Amino acid sequence: MSKYSTSEDTIVALATAPGVGAIAVIRLSGKEAFSIASKMFKGKDPQKQESHTLHFGTIRDGERIIDEVVLGLFKGPKSFTKEDVVEISCHGSQYIVKEIIQLSLKLGARLAKPGEFTMRAFMNGQFDLAQAEAVADLINADSEAAHSAALSQMRGGFSQEIGSLRTELINFASLIELELDFSEEDVEFAQRDELRALVERLYKVISKLLKSFDYGNVIKKGIPTVIAGKPNAGKSTLLNALLNEEKAIVSDIPGTTRDFIEDEMVIDGVSFRFIDTAGIRETIDKIEAMGVAKTHEKMGQASLILYLFDLSTDSISEVLQEVNRLENLGKPFIAVGNKIDIAPVDKVEALRKNDHFVFISAGELENIDDLKEKISEKVHLENFKTGDTMVTNARHYEALLRTQSALQDVLRGLDNQVTNDFLAMDIRQALHHLGEITGEITTDDLLGNIFSKFCIGK
Amino acid sequence: MFQEYDVIVVGGGHAGCEAAYCAAKMGSKVLLATMNMNTIAQMSCNPAMGGVAKGQIVREIDALGGMSGIVSDKSMIQFRMLNMSKGPAMWSPRTQNDRMRFAEEWRLALERNPNVDFWQEMVTGLVVKNNKVTGIQTSLGLEIGAKAVVLTNGTFLNGLIHIGEKQFGGGRAGERSAKGITEQLVSLGFESGRMKTGTPPRVDGRSLDYSKMTEQEGDVNPGKFSFSDETKPLTQQRSCYITYTSEEVHDTLRKGFDRSPMFNGRIQGLGPRYCPSIEDKINRFAERNRHQIFVEPEGWDTVEVYVNGFSTSLPEDIQYEALKKIEGFENVKMFRPGYAIEYDFFQPTQLKNTLETKGVDNLYFAGQINGTTGYEEAACQGLMAGINAHNKINDKEPFILSRDEAYIGVLIDDLINKGTEEPYRMFTSRAEFRILLRQDNADLRLTDIGYNLGLADEKRVEEVNKKRTDLKHLLNDLNQKKVTPKEVNEVLTDMNSASLKEKQSLSQLIKRPELSIKKVKELTPVTNEYLDKYNDIILEQAEIQIKYDHYINKEKQMAEKMKNIETHRIPSAFDYDKLSALSAEGREKLKKISPETIGQASRISGVSPSDISILMVYLGK
Repeated sequence: MSKYSTSEDTIVALATAPGVGAIAVIRLSGKEAFSIASKMFKGKDPQKQESHTLHFGTIRDGERIIDEVVLGLFKGPKSFTKEDVVEISCHGSQYIVKEIIQLSLKLGARLAKPGEFTMRAFMNGQFDLAQAEAVADLINADSEAAHSAALSQMRGGFSQEIGSLRTELINFASLIELELDFSEEDVEFAQRDELRALVERLYKVISKLLKSFDYGNVIKKGIPTVIAGKPNAGKSTLLNALLNEEKAIVSDIPGTTRDFIEDEMVIDGVSFRFIDTAGIRETIDKIEAMGVAKTHEKMGQASLILYLFDLSTDSISEVLQEVNRLENLGKPFIAVGNKIDIAPVDKVEALRKNDHFVFISAGELENIDDLKEKISEKVHLENFKTGDTMVTNARHYEALLRTQSALQDVLRGLDNQVTNDFLAMDIRQALHHLGEITGEITTDDLLGNIFSKFCIGK
Repeated sequence: MFQEYDVIVVGGGHAGCEAAYCAAKMGSKVLLATMNMNTIAQMSCNPAMGGVAKGQIVREIDALGGMSGIVSDKSMIQFRMLNMSKGPAMWSPRTQNDRMRFAEEWRLALERNPNVDFWQEMVTGLVVKNNKVTGIQTSLGLEIGAKAVVLTNGTFLNGLIHIGEKQFGGGRAGERSAKGITEQLVSLGFESGRMKTGTPPRVDGRSLDYSKMTEQEGDVNPGKFSFSDETKPLTQQRSCYITYTSEEVHDTLRKGFDRSPMFNGRIQGLGPRYCPSIEDKINRFAERNRHQIFVEPEGWDTVEVYVNGFSTSLPEDIQYEALKKIEGFENVKMFRPGYAIEYDFFQPTQLKNTLETKGVDNLYFAGQINGTTGYEEAACQGLMAGINAHNKINDKEPFILSRDEAYIGVLIDDLINKGTEEPYRMFTSRAEFRILLRQDNADLRLTDIGYNLGLADEKRVEEVNKKRTDLKHLLNDLNQKKVTPKEVNEVLTDMNSASLKEKQSLSQLIKRPELSIKKVKELTPVTNEYLDKYNDIILEQAEIQIKYDHYINKEKQMAEKMKNIETHRIPSAFDYDKLSALSAEGREKLKKISPETIGQASRISGVSPSDISILMVYLGK
């Protein structure tokens, strides 16, 4: 039987992120959602109210008041899951949330499994599969860019681009099939060089979409940014300054189990994932000593490197040497001179000529905005907010990858001058993989296309 | 007057003949009931068998032990392997046949089997008890009992012939239509529909000027359909001729459009898009100033000629006037006019994958009654229905071919899952694994199966086994035997093929696009002597397997994947109403077809990929 039973039972779960916040929303969905709410809500009886209305009142377990809340009422099918849905907005305390959920369970609800609300929405025909996946992304979107990528996917921008690719491929495939099944007929066939041009163009578009996956992924997960520098350069202080809040960060102690720590923050609507590593020198020494080191791998994955040094103690030649090494790495980087408040002026002036440098005081929160601006500039934030179709979903990415490889086979076949039946096989593969995203291609589509365009038949 | 039969086959066309032959060969007592014993196995349309995708089907029928291949071979007057410029999966055998010989060979093949009885009369109804067929009723009021009945009524059920504004009942030109069966089946709950097909005029070959046409000869080295040595390739052949219509012909035809049953709405049946009438062609593709006409002889000796490409239901005077304007037809004498025919069919979604109806037990449908068109399509359904009728009454397993085993499997799977909105014809593009479903390997694919069914003779299996063993040895040797640059470079250069730098196996050389196994044979005296031991068929088979092994393997992997999805079973009494997310059309179709697996469900027309993902999620796959 199913992992997910249908609307037989009513499910409940916290709909907002777990943790402490100003408010939390608990969602009930299913046949009994209104009656369960009615039993614990003191105020207007939810069962007698209009759909899409809000009601203030209290949640009570017997006589005990748990919290003051606002109820949102959504009668199916005009709700997220297309079932009856009640959303309880309560104060964001973990204790209150736990109490209300437990009360719901006592009154007959069942705890929702991860993703079950979305699953019900999908099962009840609210979304297609690609949209359901986008909803999951939307829920997990922490930044503006991730949000808009997920939204555009949900609205079908992605499906549209894939859909038009598919149409072109079907036209291509029809020409080939025409030549195979109707060779005896008096019809003109497609030229191979035209076919090649078409496949090459499709290949480019697919490659572009595949490339967007890197952007898309970055948008979803945050731009990986490595903060490198000697242990005393002030990496933790910098991170705290960027995060602009006092947060205890366990500093990186060589020899302990943790090689690096991660934290996320949003700059200018784009999310960054900061990775603190051991110092570059150390890193490079390690590389020299052991060949390949895990830290180097981290550096390799980074989209941006912040090289932090201490203006008050590090020598100019030492710093320039590091900058030189970073230039050779070929990654965007910013050399951040810390402790400008106590640095010798001539040193700062000597380095300022170089475009890679920013000077701050992490401890005194000096020039932090300059650094943020520089970060935006370095990663070309505008790339991440364009209206271009982006691939953010791993399943789609894989399907596109296979489409690309099938198209590559078509091109190879053209190079080797194989006959059309073999070309057709690889084209069908490409269509099949595109179909995994948008909808299956059937041979009826091909035949329909042939019959509408060509005069066939003796 | 009659014994109780195991199987009664109603209709003596391509489907009926195969059904009767196969059931009888497997041991059933069979009665073939036909309206006219003189028209058994008529080629109602053009005098040819096979062609692209259809030739593959004939080879499959032959490999399984059916008769269509042998009958075609014995009556052929020309053989061509079509599509030779393409890959081996596209090579398609086709014969032109002597219409009268073809019918005679079929009738004699049936007569030779003592298990086949004949009865000439119109069958007007079925005897059905408790949802199970137990016999037939005839126009004389006779009742003949049978354990199973196969209906192969072709275009005869309420057949209506149109020529211009004239219309009259008939199953074929000059033959009566059949009444009663449709009405009874509808009263039993079957859903019937109307289809339409057409045929061109036949003319007198003595009145044509062939010097104005392009001759199309048979192959220089003609082949044949049957894998058995019971038949031999032709030593002499007859040619076909190609000519074209012109704007003048089109203008003449247009004069009759107001009297065309196609355009004035008198014909309601669904016609095929790929076999349009000439009036349809010039109407839909007005920008084309000519259409191809194949002039096909109807036999060795007869002067009758078939005007392929000129199917029409325009008034006979218009037909004649237009024919005369065709190059080479200036003095044409017409024997019979072309006509359109409408007939009843039953959506094949009402069938199980054995071709047994879902509504009535032990009742089987095959051929045009299922909405198909074509001799080959009909014959293979007849074969499958005959086999399954025999198996069912003997409590044996249903016989089903999968989509990666045979075109026959593709055809039946398409029919029962998708139904059809026009006469269904096989195309290679309908098969997702056509590189595997080649005409050259039909025996390797199917003869063992045919033998185990009790249909193909033991001798056939021995031949296939020998072919397999020889092939294995040959492939092994081609991989092992190597030639040196010194031995072959000079000859390779002559063949415009790159010289070797080091030793290479013969199979590596065969893989080169510009070389063939025959050229590799000519490389050295040693290779020549060695490969001389094998016949052409084995050599060709080895060449195909070596040259295309990359694509063959790829398709095998794809077929495996498909099998995977076929294993996801759907419970038989599954309640689709429970899943509100299903599209309305998808739900309706799923309820109607009740597919056994997710794979089958995915091929039902109207069931969307989204419906399939909902099913898969629900079933926890």
